[in-house]
Amino acid sequence: MATEIRNLTLAEVSEGDALPPLEYDVSTTTIVLGALASRDWRPMHHDKRFAVERNGTRDIFMNTPNQAAWFERYLTDWTGPKGRLGKIQFRMKDSVFPDDTIVFNGTVASVETDAAGCGWAKLEVRLTVGDKAVTECTARIALPVDADDNPWQRTGDDWKP
Amino acid sequence: MSDELPAEVQGWIGEERYVEKTEFPIERGYVYTSCSSVENGNPLYWDEQVAQALTGGPIAPPSMISVWFRPHHWAPDREKRVLPLQVHFDLKEVFELPEAAMTDNTITFGVPVRPGDTLETAQILRSVSPMKKTKLGNGRFWVIDVVYTNQKGEHVGTESYTGYGYKREA
Repeated sequence: MATEIRNLTLAEVSEGDALPPLEYDVSTTTIVLGALASRDWRPMHHDKRFAVERNGTRDIFMNTPNQAAWFERYLTDWTGPKGRLGKIQFRMKDSVFPDDTIVFNGTVASVETDAAGCGWAKLEVRLTVGDKAVTECTARIALPVDADDNPWQRTGDDWKP
Repeated sequence: MSDELPAEVQGWIGEERYVEKTEFPIERGYVYTSCSSVENGNPLYWDEQVAQALTGGPIAPPSMISVWFRPHHWAPDREKRVLPLQVHFDLKEVFELPEAAMTDNTITFGVPVRPGDTLETAQILRSVSPMKKTKLGNGRFWVIDVVYTNQKGEHVGTESYTGYGYKREA
């Protein structure tokens, strides 16, 4: 790949750091593509009449695994490819609909090196639409402790997500 | 509706149910489609050299873990529709709650999933709440864990869903 690949190291991260925001205009295609990419055939993710009449929502809405994929993309945009997700936890307080503009904002809640020497950042991420908090996410992601480290090589007791 | 759980549902709590294998070996087409759906340009999934250097070859994004156990919408040898996360649908049926939505999702990731892997999953009901009223309607929350292993018996991940089954108010 022609472009230089940047990997964030643990030493470059501090508690309180803000991640660059990510903004994206959601269309009907975004919702349907995300559902089909995750093999989710449930009609509330592609059939507006079903979503409105059965779920009582105003339109089709983004499914759970596609939200997970968005969070992963947001986090690894920041870390680079050596960033390895250990755990992700999110609460969907509202739904993402076509024509919403979703905005991701994240903050580093803590950093640590575990007993096996793996570097970790804990992040608080919010997905908002306008002034509405749609989903709140906590993530634990492994970062290389230095330029030679690679969290993906950790196995067994050396991987404590 | 009584808040006491039926004996059938009480028996499901903690029980490993619907142990099943993925319907096809993990393949990269879905990896590209998933990355494309969220415009994820992580070179780990697009650049062979990066994948080789970091993970010894291509892997799937960890967040795709649940993708691999969702059944085909239709298959020639089936007599009835197979649903993903069947425990969730069993609870909807038992409690006569026609609608449902997921509210919480927690995923802990183990070894990476690679093209050619075949995964095994099991669903475990952890809890069911008493009836609760929300803006969607009246219903119950339940927590279901899904545990994933690969063909070597390695832990790939554990996913925990909180679902809310409900009846809309008239």
